[in-house]
Amino acid sequence: MFSIFSIKEKRIPRSRYYFYFCLVGGFLVLLGAILYLAKRGLFFTGLGHVVNLKRIFDLPFFLVLIGASLGLKGLLHRFSRGGEFGELEEDVIFSSKTFANFMTRYAILLAMLVLVVVICVIQPRFMQIRVALDILTQSSTRLIIALGICFTLLIAGTDLSAGRMVGLAAVISTSMLQTAVYANRFFPDLPQVNLYLPILLAILACMIFGALNGFLVARYDMHPFIATLATQVIIYGVCSLYFDLPPNNSQPIGGVRPDFAALGQTKFLVGSAPGGFPGISILIPIAAVICVIIWFILNKTVFGKNVYAIGGNREAAVVAGINVFRSIMGIFILASCLYGIGGVLEAARTAGATNQYGAGYELDAIAACVVGGVSLNGGIGRVSGIVSGVLIFTVIQYGLQFINVSPMWQQVIKGVIIAVAVAIDLTKYRRK
Amino acid sequence: MGEYVLEMKGITKEFPGVVALDQVSLNVRPGSVHALMGENGAGKSTLMKCLFGIYRSDSGEVRLDGKPVSIRSARQAMDLGISMIHQELHPIRHRPVMENVWLGRFPGRGFLVDHHAMYERTRELFQQLELDVDPRVPAGTLSAARLQLVEIARAVSCNADIIIMDEPTSSLTENETEHLFRIIEKLRHDGIAIIYISHKLEEILRISDEVSVMRDGRLIGTWPSSELSTDDIIKLMVGRDLTNRFPPKTRRPSDEVVLSVRNLCSSEPGSFQDVSFDLRRSEILGVGGLVGAQRTEFVEALFGLRGIASGVVTRNGERFLARSPREAKRHGLALLTEERRATGIFGILPVLENTVVASQSRYASFGVLKEHSRTEAARASCQELNVKTPSLSTLIQNLSGGNQQKVLIARWLLTHSDILILDEPTRGIDVGAKYEIYTIMLRQIELGRSIIMISSEMPELMGMSDRIMVMCEGRVTGFLEPEQFDQVEIMRLATQFSK
Repeated sequence: MFSIFSIKEKRIPRSRYYFYFCLVGGFLVLLGAILYLAKRGLFFTGLGHVVNLKRIFDLPFFLVLIGASLGLKGLLHRFSRGGEFGELEEDVIFSSKTFANFMTRYAILLAMLVLVVVICVIQPRFMQIRVALDILTQSSTRLIIALGICFTLLIAGTDLSAGRMVGLAAVISTSMLQTAVYANRFFPDLPQVNLYLPILLAILACMIFGALNGFLVARYDMHPFIATLATQVIIYGVCSLYFDLPPNNSQPIGGVRPDFAALGQTKFLVGSAPGGFPGISILIPIAAVICVIIWFILNKTVFGKNVYAIGGNREAAVVAGINVFRSIMGIFILASCLYGIGGVLEAARTAGATNQYGAGYELDAIAACVVGGVSLNGGIGRVSGIVSGVLIFTVIQYGLQFINVSPMWQQVIKGVIIAVAVAIDLTKYRRK
Repeated sequence: MGEYVLEMKGITKEFPGVVALDQVSLNVRPGSVHALMGENGAGKSTLMKCLFGIYRSDSGEVRLDGKPVSIRSARQAMDLGISMIHQELHPIRHRPVMENVWLGRFPGRGFLVDHHAMYERTRELFQQLELDVDPRVPAGTLSAARLQLVEIARAVSCNADIIIMDEPTSSLTENETEHLFRIIEKLRHDGIAIIYISHKLEEILRISDEVSVMRDGRLIGTWPSSELSTDDIIKLMVGRDLTNRFPPKTRRPSDEVVLSVRNLCSSEPGSFQDVSFDLRRSEILGVGGLVGAQRTEFVEALFGLRGIASGVVTRNGERFLARSPREAKRHGLALLTEERRATGIFGILPVLENTVVASQSRYASFGVLKEHSRTEAARASCQELNVKTPSLSTLIQNLSGGNQQKVLIARWLLTHSDILILDEPTRGIDVGAKYEIYTIMLRQIELGRSIIMISSEMPELMGMSDRIMVMCEGRVTGFLEPEQFDQVEIMRLATQFSK
């Protein structure tokens, strides 16, 4: 595909390859530092004549960040030990073939980078820490849902009930966490209960439906597509019935208690001065912690290994004596627990809920997973990939909004990304 | 028209690591039944797949009516007048019989299917072949035998000059076999050539005009069937030199019985019945038989993968019938399946995961893995079995078949199983790696483990086993002690079909 670029083959030792990483990283850090100092008017003020320093916003910060991570990666690899079978560190080969490999492997990431650069040129305001934090905040709940759905994708399944479970958790938690003085209370006589009780109830309700999903799939060998479709419809019905209980009668639930809303709206380190540091949303550390937990489960527990095994070859997993029934139940219950958490946080963030919450979230989550390299054939997928998949979608969505691309075009672009990402992913496997 | 309707000359086909066909030449006369015989893996099916365009031969020439042709696809083969009845039937079960018969060439105009014409033609065809089947019922409602006859009708309807029949009678009863023979008689009369693959010797001698025998990918020769007896054919099929070498055995089986199986019957109709044997400590029990002897079905049922209707399995004085592989594993059983790729390895996972997958909980406390002990166990096990891999993180699909098999053995050794059931342990593995697998097997014996080995390779069966159990059509037809090991005797037991 990329053979038009014919590059002469060149080999360099791996250690030097990582040395280049350090070099580029160091250069970027230095560049960022210089720009920062110039912007503050401390040194290199002459630069102001070349670049409009007002228009670079927080670019120096980003340069330092990218440079530091590149440099760190280089350093870590350079001084890490070799493989366990005494394998030699292979040379890095630069040729048109490895170039094509690189291009297919990182095509979506590269496309996103190009897009980001274009957006930055059109609207330099994009280069702000505030924007980056916004993107991270928006990604948080999506990430939690995507991490749930990835388990079902890893066993070559899917979960269509994810979005409705988000809605269910949102409705249940808000319905019991309204202030005492609010006029339209869902349960007018309910006392102010412990904050965590309704949250646990909401998550538990999701887990019951997750168990239903798992049971249908594991016990009756039903395809997850149809099993979770059925559950999805049931959940929506149940949620709507609950939402329609008198005296609420399908009114949007509001008047959320401040301690609950704080779960989704708290910001740390907010700058005191106007235009100061915008603060880090509490959702970011929550998502990060869940990320670490899921990474741990997938990579460090028997359950996680069994998930990969069942996804890799279900027949072989049965022969190897893996308890497939229990694993599948576990997968759907764990996934629904994450949807529940996502739903509660979503409700807290928006300080309200209706039965329409979460509709279609599962498709966004599946798309993000797939773009992040999770194979729909099962067995392949990493947490880091899912994180980047979610980020890619949020960056692109946020960026396009930022330069006022119409929402209709945004849909078109999103669809194209999904199709292209999966097509590239599949060519990668066909090569073997 | 020349003397032969089909001439295949010097056909050679290599698969990675194995020569499946070595300069095979086959000539078939029009209006004759040409039987193709040979052991499992002799190359009969491969040769036919080359003719039918499913495989492409590496070299050699095919002539039809004297004209050289190059067949690249099954479709092209059918256009050239070759039709094949496959050993395994794959009907579209919920579509009507007639649609299965005319699939790919529905009668009609343009994109419209003429269902009436299809029905009429199918009825006519069935009438001609005296086949009493309603063309409108779904194919899935027919018995396996009826389906086989429908499949034959389909082949006939193609107006083929050559019809290949691969084990057509394996699912037929005696009555239906007679019916098939009447059809064959009629086809022969119409000048159609039939290539007939079967293991059933009496059948072959009755129906065929000529017999070709293959062995180890080579054609041994072609004889008029009137000149042959069943004993002659068996001798021709197995008469090879024992060139394979086996590592010497140093330990005899003890008298201690570690697994006793009594009257085990399958819950599936037509599968194994009434299987009984005792497995002793440090014994390799070979299981011989032809395709369709239900050997794989039997060991899979023993391992909890298939249903058991009745019978008793005793292990260390404890009676159990495994309902799942987990249960079998708990009782110290291990199974290396016949289909390594489909049911053995996790291709997209690294060697490490493939090695420890069955014993994962041994390296975990409260479900959390101890990475170090896990890796150490895998490394030690892989090193012990001499698995050649660049690293433990290499994907297993990138290893050779022999090394994949070693990883699978390592997997089960880590579960501390002491009864290893090996289903065709050296299938698709090159000679050098075979020797290594044999060595590993003998070392397990020395460590006091026992092995049940299914093998379709005679030399392997006789070279490795301490005792051979021969099966035919799901029944045990005999046990052979080492002094009775004889290829002709094994083949005689393996072809002891019930009438």
